Amino acid sequence: MYQKTRYLTAGDKAIELEFGNEISKELNLLVRKVYYCIRKKNIEGIEEMVPTYRSLIVYYNPQKIKYTYLVQQFKELEKSVTEISLPTAHVTEIPVLYGGEYGPDLEFVAQYNKLSVEEVIKIHTEKEYFIYMLGFSPGFPYLGGMSDKIATPRLEKPRIKVSEGSVGIAGGQTGIYPINSPGGWQIIGRIPVKLFEIKEKFPFLLKSGDYLKFYPINQKEFKEIKKKVEEGNYNCKIGLHGRI
Amino acid sequence: MEGFKVIKSGVFDTIQDLGRYGYQQFGMPVSGAMDSYALRIGNRIIGNKENEAGIEISTPGLSLRALNETAIVLTGANITFTINDNFAPMWETLAIKKGDTISFNKIQSGCRTYLLVAGGIDVPSVLGSKSTYTRAKIGGQNGRPLKKSDIIYISNPKQKLQDIINGKVVSINIPDYHEENEIRVILGPQDDYFSETSLSTFLNSFYEITVYSDRMGYRLKGPKIESKNGSDIITDGIPPGSIQVPRNGMPIVMLADRQTTGGYAKIATVISVDIDKFAQIKPGNKIRFRKVDLEEAHRLLLEREEKITNLHFEKKVSAESKTSNNRIFQVKINEKKYKVEVEEI
Repeated sequence: MYQKTRYLTAGDKAIELEFGNEISKELNLLVRKVYYCIRKKNIEGIEEMVPTYRSLIVYYNPQKIKYTYLVQQFKELEKSVTEISLPTAHVTEIPVLYGGEYGPDLEFVAQYNKLSVEEVIKIHTEKEYFIYMLGFSPGFPYLGGMSDKIATPRLEKPRIKVSEGSVGIAGGQTGIYPINSPGGWQIIGRIPVKLFEIKEKFPFLLKSGDYLKFYPINQKEFKEIKKKVEEGNYNCKIGLHGRI
Repeated sequence: MEGFKVIKSGVFDTIQDLGRYGYQQFGMPVSGAMDSYALRIGNRIIGNKENEAGIEISTPGLSLRALNETAIVLTGANITFTINDNFAPMWETLAIKKGDTISFNKIQSGCRTYLLVAGGIDVPSVLGSKSTYTRAKIGGQNGRPLKKSDIIYISNPKQKLQDIINGKVVSINIPDYHEENEIRVILGPQDDYFSETSLSTFLNSFYEITVYSDRMGYRLKGPKIESKNGSDIITDGIPPGSIQVPRNGMPIVMLADRQTTGGYAKIATVISVDIDKFAQIKPGNKIRFRKVDLEEAHRLLLEREEKITNLHFEKKVSAESKTSNNRIFQVKINEKKYKVEVEEI
């Protein structure tokens, strides 16, 4: 965590408040606190905010508010970032079919880390991952807490198309692609459930501040769950954090 | 009401407004018109609110049959188009009768044309916007580009159709889509990931727009931009126009359908007034980036917004029919622009 917040220019309609340069829950909590403080203040000219791991991007309208005034407001607010009580965290359990055609990079991840494929799966499913943020594409969770034992760098050249539901590793991070999109993650498996469904009243399955846990399934189970999802009658198991 | 039937479709024509705001923190991209200036001006000309949805045309081929009387305007990239086989001009209101056929041919310069219709296009608003985001299959015409036999619904205009047809917006600044090779940027947010030498390479070289360019972003090709210690960052927000430099050192300019967050260092951000121009540059063309400071970017933005605010309606001088066999060209002689109308005699 930095001693002093960095205010980065992100074009002529956005300021990025950067609070540190590491992935930690403590830092992420600060990001979320500042986000709530700014929201509460209701500053005219702020149009949208995107909280991420260790920074907060604030989109503003330069016709309504001056950059220098905005930075001054943030500096004032930061002095009085108060403790806020966060809602009880939940854990969503998500099934994954690892390897094969759905996980083309699983073997590379194993080789890179000098492990067997089975060991990679065991390590990947062991932990409850903290949902630091949603971003990248609709409903995509950025998860924290992956073991360093399976950390693998991103692809040198991003793929033009990665299929919906793909589970990947990028550096020390793991995540799921909610829709078909380009991307540079090492793909190790696929989930049969949807993170984003526009037909739902609230279209996003996960929320930041909660947790997620993977468990391995086979091809048959994958098909069964996928069928239920398409019929609209599959719900992921959700429990309270620390009790699974 | 029913507005048009798609007689023939192009490859990628989508319904877009100014974008879907407020859901970026859930990962929902903004989308919206790639050239928002052209969409806004078109809406002003046709008497709509600036953020009404129109059709973004990016390839030749689209052909529409009018199912009701209405009025349209074409803005953005210079496209050759006809109404019942007669060439028609862009940037002005055109009266459309029931049964008229509007066909779009070749895009002459630029790469995205906007068709705006009086009253706007009537599709459901999804999370606050009519914009099509094809990757998530939402918005616009069932979340996809227009296809043959689609019926496009339109809303009733607030004003009388005849008043819209007889009105004219004066002193419009029509962009020149021909030779825009300088794009202005503000350095950051992660310019400190690059050495002085790399920044100099970035600012002093020509970069070509590759064919791997779409509504999400333009992948450029040119001299490699080396980062100091790798170009992976801890994922953060991606503003419009930001220029990512992945490990291969080739910049990617993030546009309307860009992901909300990403993990590559962003060397600079295209200024707002140049994003629209940039989005009109065709693959194969080369551009160069020029650095400006935040104050200048804001000054340019406020100037442009003032001009747009000051646009006003005027009665047309003549009431003659808008369609003719005449063709209109923009000619540049000694840096001065001329509008040349060629009439068949």
